[in-house]
Amino acid sequence: MSLLTFKGGIHPPGYKYLSKDSKIKRIDPPDFVYLYLSQHTGVPSKPIIEKKDEVEIGQKIAEASGKLSVPLHSPVNGTYMGRVMHPHPLGGRKEAIKIKVNKEKTEPFKAKTHRDISDFPPQKIISIIKESGIVGMGGAAFPTYFKLQVPPNKKIKDVIINGAECEPYLTSDYRLMIEKPEEIMKGVDIIRKIVKPKNVWIAIEANKLDALEKMKGTSSLFPWANFAALKTKYPQGSEKQLIDAITGREVPEGGLPFDTGAYVQNVGTALAIYEAVYFEKPLFERVVTVTGNVRHQSNFLTPIGTSFKHLIELTEGPIGEIVKIINGGPMMGIAQADIESCVTKGTSGIVIQNQKEALEKKPSPCIRCGACVDRCPMRLLPTELYKYIEMNELEKAKELGVTSCMECGSCSYICPANIPLTQQFKIAKNKINRKSE
Amino acid sequence: MLRISPAPHITSKESTQKIMWAVVIALMPAFAYAIYLFGQRALLLTLISVLSAVLSEYLFQKTTKREIRISNGSAVITGILIAFNISPNSPWWLPAVGSAFAIIVVKQIFGGIGYNIFNPALAGRAFLTASWPGLMAGNWAAPFSGTLSGLPTKALDGIAQATPLTLLKVNPAETIAQSLNSSYMLKALFFGKVGGCIGETSALLLLIGALYLFLRKFADWRISVGYIGSVFLFSGILYYLGKTPVLPLFQILSGGVMLGGLFMATDMVTSPVTIKGRWIFGIAGGIICVLIRVWGGYPEGVSYSILIMNMFVPLLDKISEKRIFGR
Repeated sequence: MSLLTFKGGIHPPGYKYLSKDSKIKRIDPPDFVYLYLSQHTGVPSKPIIEKKDEVEIGQKIAEASGKLSVPLHSPVNGTYMGRVMHPHPLGGRKEAIKIKVNKEKTEPFKAKTHRDISDFPPQKIISIIKESGIVGMGGAAFPTYFKLQVPPNKKIKDVIINGAECEPYLTSDYRLMIEKPEEIMKGVDIIRKIVKPKNVWIAIEANKLDALEKMKGTSSLFPWANFAALKTKYPQGSEKQLIDAITGREVPEGGLPFDTGAYVQNVGTALAIYEAVYFEKPLFERVVTVTGNVRHQSNFLTPIGTSFKHLIELTEGPIGEIVKIINGGPMMGIAQADIESCVTKGTSGIVIQNQKEALEKKPSPCIRCGACVDRCPMRLLPTELYKYIEMNELEKAKELGVTSCMECGSCSYICPANIPLTQQFKIAKNKINRKSE
Repeated sequence: MLRISPAPHITSKESTQKIMWAVVIALMPAFAYAIYLFGQRALLLTLISVLSAVLSEYLFQKTTKREIRISNGSAVITGILIAFNISPNSPWWLPAVGSAFAIIVVKQIFGGIGYNIFNPALAGRAFLTASWPGLMAGNWAAPFSGTLSGLPTKALDGIAQATPLTLLKVNPAETIAQSLNSSYMLKALFFGKVGGCIGETSALLLLIGALYLFLRKFADWRISVGYIGSVFLFSGILYYLGKTPVLPLFQILSGGVMLGGLFMATDMVTSPVTIKGRWIFGIAGGIICVLIRVWGGYPEGVSYSILIMNMFVPLLDKISEKRIFGR
């Protein structure tokens, strides 16, 4: 079997084995949940409840505001305690809706019965998806309803369902594919009917062939689906690299996937679409892998707004001291300043590191080994970029394509001199963005 | 307190130290063989050379209040390579001076590891050749097994005091060329039964060491294949055209083509970072080497060919930029 892939990239150890066999388990919520008004790309949601209001699981508690925004729904039965500033997993403290969980009333969301959607026009389905608060669940948390509204002048040739899950450690998408293949495919079918592509691809890395087989097992029901095995390589799940691997087409610099006729959606998002469209279940919970240096690495079906602290306790705690908590995978995830940070719609996992794993290596001068040049999936020259950024020559860095850097971390990972290349590029990008504003 | 640091939160196991010490290991087969061929003199000269390189680096970093980086092994490599580039008959101070020059003038003054433009060992060798030409080009010792010229004793007849390349330069008579092209000669060069610099004896052992570096990706085979391949091809064309009397196989096995092409041209710091740049670097270096050997004043062209190419590295990096994804 020939595996599809892109040029460049790295092979970090996967550590998937830690949590891959742990079945998705619904967890009890903590005493309080915190729902950030900003947990998606775009304008923050606007609260629509009053203090001391009783809220029900699945109830809309904040509405979309502005052009690019989605509503929020309560993940629990409880009482609205007001808006507070709470540590956000992407850094800083952000405004959040605080809900005290009613421990007497813990029954899960009552899903409506499977409804017939065959006569729903696409616009209606898109508005259901928007009202259900669905965003991309692979990490970027981009509002899905917005993405589904493909400009009429752009024809989508390939819909790619992203099951690559190329970040080490994370297994939430893997578990979903193993446990809910048919449901995911029904969600994909909804996307297919809206976007009307020529081809639909289910793309999964070769280290998850069992998941690929599970998904393939549904092919009699979904004969339009193509199943593609991808080479296990980071960052295979990155949108641009995935499109390149499957279609051989490159998203133009500064462009979007639909510029090349591609539409990518994560498997978790497809499942959320299925549940929202068929059962009127909004997005208020998601699967979160809790792994690394904890006793029982797990895949928890977690109410949005659950603190990382609560999740770590549910694994029966860390082994020894917690030195670093990463929101997301170790390649692109964000180190947390506060253990009270909470799960958002984009949290696919948290990784706990001990002293040894979190050890920072001291940088030394570049020896020009060229490993970063070799691995950069965007074919940039990290060695040159770094030099120009150090000299604060941002124009030159821009010319050399620093704005194309997607901060995948491959260059920093491979650098034998431990130079924080990715971080420098991130800083340079921010500076360039601020200048152009 | 949780630790905060930018992503990525995992790194590969590679390190500058690992790469440098691997190069040292890769030079060991040739070093061990040099001791066998030339006796403890080779051992002593190499040790002095390494000691001088490491000490120079330490003293420079200490006096200029820089971080002491001698443990990364790069000065050790320079020390070994300087010794590999001199005759086993050299006085003890020759490698000491060469290494000190290489480390202080060629490496540290330019900013230390990673910042030097020229390969320190090659520039050190060039410095020694310019300063003590007699010691660098006419002071050879016969190996323990084999002869200085590599030819059987009975064929020597008054040419005993020359290495094959010198022989070719001073006396390119047809009979000499015939002996140099003989399979006896080529075998002697390949296995190392010929006189010459300490580290330039056995092509086989150098290849074994380099293969180890290629497999670990600590040296790019493209540079070596480009360099040695272009020496072979270009000198082959000149042989065919009658511009040089010796076979291309003799060219790549003699002198420093193997040592230079495998270990000095592949020096990461002084070679391009792009794959295309590395091909050009190697191929152009090989051509320059043949030009010097065939038409130049020196019998040997390896050092200068690589030093010249070192100067073009920034340019090669520039012209061999890859097309950015989506651009």
